[in-house]
Amino acid sequence: MSMESLDQFRSEVRQWLADNCPESQRTPAQPGEQYWGGRRAEFHNADAQLWFERMRDKGWTAPEWPTEYGGGGLNEAEAKILKDEMKAIAARPPLVSLGVWMLGPALLEHGNQQQKEKYLPAIVRGEHRWCQGYSEPGYGSDLSGLQCRAEDKGDHYLVNGSKIWTSRADVADWIFCLVRTNPDAIKQEGISFLLIDMETDGISTSLIELISGESEFCQTFFDNVKVPKENLVGEADKGWSVAKSLLKHERKLMSEMGTDIPSVDPRTIAPDYVSYNADGKIANSEIRRQLAEYDMYIQAVGLTHFRGFEERMHDIQGNSPLIMKYVGTEAERLKGETLLALMGSSALGWEGDEFSATEKQALRQWAMSKTLTIAGGTHEIQLNIIAKRILQLPQ
Amino acid sequence: MSLVLNEEQTLLQSTARDFLLTHAPVDEFRKLRDSRDALGYSAELWQQIADLGWASIIIPEQYGGLEFGFQGLAAIIEETGHTLLASPLIGSSVLGTSALVLGGNEQQKNDFLPQLANGSMTLALALEDSNHHDPLGVTTSATPSDGGWLVNGRKVFVIDGHSADQLIVVARTNGAAGETQGLSLFLVDAASAGVTRTRTTMVDGRNAANIEFKDVAVGADQLLGAVDGGWTILEPVLDRGRIALAAELLGSAWEAFNRTVEYLKEREQFGVKIGSFQALQHRASIMYTELELSNSVVMQAASTVDDDPAGLPAIASLAKARMNDVSKLVTNEAVQMHGGIGVTDELDIGLFLKRSRVAMQLLGDSGYHKDRYATLNGY
Repeated sequence: MSMESLDQFRSEVRQWLADNCPESQRTPAQPGEQYWGGRRAEFHNADAQLWFERMRDKGWTAPEWPTEYGGGGLNEAEAKILKDEMKAIAARPPLVSLGVWMLGPALLEHGNQQQKEKYLPAIVRGEHRWCQGYSEPGYGSDLSGLQCRAEDKGDHYLVNGSKIWTSRADVADWIFCLVRTNPDAIKQEGISFLLIDMETDGISTSLIELISGESEFCQTFFDNVKVPKENLVGEADKGWSVAKSLLKHERKLMSEMGTDIPSVDPRTIAPDYVSYNADGKIANSEIRRQLAEYDMYIQAVGLTHFRGFEERMHDIQGNSPLIMKYVGTEAERLKGETLLALMGSSALGWEGDEFSATEKQALRQWAMSKTLTIAGGTHEIQLNIIAKRILQLPQ
Repeated sequence: MSLVLNEEQTLLQSTARDFLLTHAPVDEFRKLRDSRDALGYSAELWQQIADLGWASIIIPEQYGGLEFGFQGLAAIIEETGHTLLASPLIGSSVLGTSALVLGGNEQQKNDFLPQLANGSMTLALALEDSNHHDPLGVTTSATPSDGGWLVNGRKVFVIDGHSADQLIVVARTNGAAGETQGLSLFLVDAASAGVTRTRTTMVDGRNAANIEFKDVAVGADQLLGAVDGGWTILEPVLDRGRIALAAELLGSAWEAFNRTVEYLKEREQFGVKIGSFQALQHRASIMYTELELSNSVVMQAASTVDDDPAGLPAIASLAKARMNDVSKLVTNEAVQMHGGIGVTDELDIGLFLKRSRVAMQLLGDSGYHKDRYATLNGY
């Protein structure tokens, strides 16, 4: 696509957003204000609903998906323009969805026609909220050792076992799951990718409280759960390739956490929390150095995101996508520690009115950053991947 | 902004790579070092480099240059980091030439730029008065005399200063140390009366000079830019130099890293390749992430010279601070992972380590640039 038509697209998007994004949807959404979709979902207010419906009707809740499944049919360059323009007016994402981020792209690649038609439009329209069933209590980084069993019973699978870190499984409508269909095969050879309706008999969930005080994750138990055969994605015992393609999307998402999700920014809040010398420098030189190092790191990560995008536009095969999960979550970790250093005891309040919303959010952000370097493949797994796939070091 | 090279820049870079691997591999540098060559670089090679146009890339066409843009030059300099090329490319073709292009009057440009472009003369920037980079701390003075000035002071760490034909001397004509106002730049013939140059033998086997100025008489025609207003030229010149050094450090860090990864795949201990040890794999992978991030930063910095002068100071400090730190990490790890052979002079890895430390000090260490970056960003 030519630069001219992209410029044209940009001005159309800008105008449409100006006309259609309600004023109240142009501020960062607090966690309780996001719309996650699904049978149990409610909109925070009428504006959130209006904004969602307008975006949904444009197909822009899943901008890059084909229009035949309700998506926006945009190419990567156009989707980036939409994202940039939304960011420019601080527009909230109309729908926050693991279906859009993770399952959808994997289904587009590996699902059959019937599955695409059944699941994709429901995700775009916010009708299904999905959660992820990958890790198990004994199988985190060693994911391919997973034990959750799915026995072939002719017309259905019978699932027994449990999954951990299932994101909000207590309110999700569906779960995409990795299950063991062949217990005799070695590791990833006998794994299948199943879609399971959370309403099915035999499924129960319990919330896990995290160090941040939040409970975004559950453990989910399967006790003789019957799953129709048609819910298998890809071939039986070959689910590992689906799982890997989905993980790629998860890692891309996590690497962009810092740039996409509104959060407390150390650079912005600094003046309210530290004292300065007469020459304008932060008086505590160690805090100042820490802020500068964080700032420089996040700039480098941002430029690398952009370089990766430009390389794809020029059909250059680069390795930067394989480092983004590591560096993106490393930036979040640095950000959390920098916030604590800058805010001092003001960032250490757990609850109550003696601490501002920003201060309490900063603390939660710091605690959540500990999750990011673990979830979706730990820092150490990412380094293994770089060593193996890029550096090709002996295993 | 552009974070991928265009077709012409890519061609220029690959041509440079081929030329350097053929005519100036690391072995050539080693020979030069071992011979204690008086010039400190190969005059023949320098002429070939000039014939390829590298000395004239940022010189406008009207003065015999290619006017190809700084990003192209940075791409070449990155390649020179891979082979440890010793040449006046940074001292003369980046620092000296930029000072003339940005600050020279018509006469000065006509007098010098064509000769710089064809490689027949070189310039050096006589900047530092002390052992730490401190451009505003210059105390070398220029006091009015006979319609001109008398320059007095002592400069250190002047790269390729002992062999340059002309020196660009940073001197204080007014104000106190620390002030931007009051610095002036002078073009001084290296053979002038009162100039004493001493070549120093540095750890990287390349040239730097200590230069004494004793009542050196300079005329009004030797002033570069305005009296007391040298900083407006000097600051962007230094930023270009910092980005050029960052590009060189990027190339040399990648080379040291690649050689180390190859060694991890060859060397056996305890009956296995040492590259199979996770303790080494993770350290190598962390270095890889830093190098990938560095590619983006250096690319952005070089394109900023061409596209966005206002954004230059911050990105130059970001690039130099990052490359100082990454180069230090990578060269230290490269030596460590090579084990015993890594600390022998026979192996080239030590040459990368030594060059790294010199390039890190040149035009500002990490502390200098983190401080500057923080100040530029208002904290």
